[in-house]
Amino acid sequence: MKKLIGLSMAAVLAASLTACGGSNTAETTAATTDAAVAQEENEDGTGESAEEAPSGETFKIGMIGPLTGDAATYGLGVRNAVELAIKEVNEAGGMNGYQVEYKPEDDEHDPEKAINAYNALKDWNMQILIGAVTSKPCIAVSAESAADNLFQITPSGSAVECIAEPNVFRVCFSDPDQGKASAQYIAENKLATKIGVIYDSSTEYSTGILESFRPEAEAQGLEIVAEEAFTANNATDFSVQIDNCKEAGAELLFMPFYYTEASTVLKQCADKEFAPIFFGVDGMDGILSVKNFDTSLAEGVMLLTPFSADEAGSQAFVEAYKAAYSDTPNQFAADAYDAVYAVKAAIEQGNITPDMSVSDICEAMKVAMTEITIDGLTGSQMTWTEAGEPNKEPKAAKIENGAYVMQ
Amino acid sequence: MNSVKRKKLIDNLFTYGLVVFCWIAVQALSATGHMTNQINGLLVPICMYVILAVSLNLTVGISGELSLGHAGFMCVGAFSGSFFTKLMAEAIPSLQARFIIALVIGALTAAFFGVIIGIPVLRLRGDYLAIVTLAFGEIIKNVMNVIYVGVDNGMLRIAMEKKANLNLSENGRVIIEGAMGITKTPKASTFTIGIVLVLITLFIVQNLINSRTGRAIMAIRDNRIAAESVGLNITKYKLLAFSVSASLAGMAGVLYSHNLASLAAEKFDYNMSILILVYVVLGGIGNIRGSIISAIVLTLLPELLRGMNNYRMLIYAIVLIIMMIANSAPSAIAARERLLEKFQRKNTKEAA
Repeated sequence: MKKLIGLSMAAVLAASLTACGGSNTAETTAATTDAAVAQEENEDGTGESAEEAPSGETFKIGMIGPLTGDAATYGLGVRNAVELAIKEVNEAGGMNGYQVEYKPEDDEHDPEKAINAYNALKDWNMQILIGAVTSKPCIAVSAESAADNLFQITPSGSAVECIAEPNVFRVCFSDPDQGKASAQYIAENKLATKIGVIYDSSTEYSTGILESFRPEAEAQGLEIVAEEAFTANNATDFSVQIDNCKEAGAELLFMPFYYTEASTVLKQCADKEFAPIFFGVDGMDGILSVKNFDTSLAEGVMLLTPFSADEAGSQAFVEAYKAAYSDTPNQFAADAYDAVYAVKAAIEQGNITPDMSVSDICEAMKVAMTEITIDGLTGSQMTWTEAGEPNKEPKAAKIENGAYVMQ
Repeated sequence: MNSVKRKKLIDNLFTYGLVVFCWIAVQALSATGHMTNQINGLLVPICMYVILAVSLNLTVGISGELSLGHAGFMCVGAFSGSFFTKLMAEAIPSLQARFIIALVIGALTAAFFGVIIGIPVLRLRGDYLAIVTLAFGEIIKNVMNVIYVGVDNGMLRIAMEKKANLNLSENGRVIIEGAMGITKTPKASTFTIGIVLVLITLFIVQNLINSRTGRAIMAIRDNRIAAESVGLNITKYKLLAFSVSASLAGMAGVLYSHNLASLAAEKFDYNMSILILVYVVLGGIGNIRGSIISAIVLTLLPELLRGMNNYRMLIYAIVLIIMMIANSAPSAIAARERLLEKFQRKNTKEAA
């Protein structure tokens, strides 16, 4: 008994240590330290300006996302991009002539922690929220922000319920839209008729996309020959799923999940000499930057994504991001960058000033968001509906010679 | 004998007093406008973790069995409670009434699972309960991840794997949505309700400990053979303690699910169970007041360290280690006792 307790305690300590180590993996060490330095400077700067200037002179924008833990890649991407965009905005004269202050808070991809982060930001007198980055925390936060009538825009909360409240908007596609668009793209370009699907049944992202992919695929005359699930707990061995898809004669493998698992699937498909057309969604973006992954395996992989780091239009952003954080931005970062510029455009459209109350800002923003059109990294001529959904065209990219090529 | 009883009564009253004092202090602070939003948002989670820690202490400290699946019971309670609240949204318009019924339902469902697990496992000797509860937590989490429950025309429909399997008619609605869990449970948890639940939990646990049943449970913990030889029904008493502990965890789950708009099974994983066990171990196994204090401190700590950014988890881990050493290392205990002795001697001197 005592031994068992001792063992579990040891496990906890190990887990908590790896949790802090999570943000310091080789991939992001440089980025985090740089960001930490930048942030400290930023905080120092804002601290001084807050002392000098009375409140009402600057906009206070908060950000919530997973900065530690398993989903830290997404949260750090968003944090860095928001920081970068706000720096640019401030250098160019601010939003509607006012400087912008910015504060990120960690939610560890946990709805409970997200609420804590939200309350901490409220104590900081946040006026506009960019976040939360992941869907479930976003839903939890949106209920609170709706009660406070605080304007919220999520860069990447893709579940339908994320923007159910009238004060919440988003930049990315919703999950059902992606599933539908994927099925349409496959059918229109006659890529294949027999489709095998591998999906992550433990995430709402993956199941959400599949839920809408399935009926649309049937409507388009595509046949789903195999549907194989995995969960986050057993995402290391896909041989059963791959074998089943292979036996069912799938010509195209639809993979609505994130690139880390996708790299394993691609590797194991190659080992089994199974070579269908691989088709992913926006979570696939980033596969070329996976450590220890033979990128030649990703040759010919197609993905539906609003953003590519190799696109001509995004070069300025990618360069600036690389210079500041020595890391390649992913689509989360791109969505977050667009979110800042959408907020800027809406503030200027509605002639919003920082001395307005949080609720007044929200009301004005809700109207202004539907009136703006911006050319962003994730789409040109983006507009928003009253429900908070963006209108932009999904783009398909194909990996050729180790680079994303837009189709 | 009487003085022992009186001492216990005073000890118990002190614990209740501590909780009530916390409530009064918070009310006073918020009335004078000294509460930050951050602390305000943490009040309900703190109540929840206190209930979880106290209830787990009943299993680990009083009954002497190790449970690694406390989060599983919490999960069962949270889902059943939230499900009821959403299902009965039209039938019972009063949110408060629905919430109170949901609390009862959550507690009963969790107790039911506690009994199911307890009946076979608590007959065994050794650490089997730890293994089985660990498995239970994982099973519940994975089942809740793939289950879909919807309702149409007064009919409940349950399906696995995908929403389409529900075959809902057009006016139907999905309540439990697989990995998405239950979204938009109305927010009914308040600090006052949380404190009342904490008091109820304390009342149940402390009375159980100081009753004939509680003494039987502790006798079994201390010497199973001796207890058996005087005719105690081992399985019955262990099962009682375990299912009470499970039902209180279920109640805490309902409190959790009515505090957040998003409820998903992935939250109730192994780490959550261990987190609660950490509260119990650091507060002192078998020490109810210790559980309360450690749950409060360890919930507040990572949030108050937010200003430290990336270092806060590191500091949290270090604090855990220091607390563990201070609580259980023999030399630390000796040092503490020496200090206490000195203090007492000083006091008596002053009195003299």
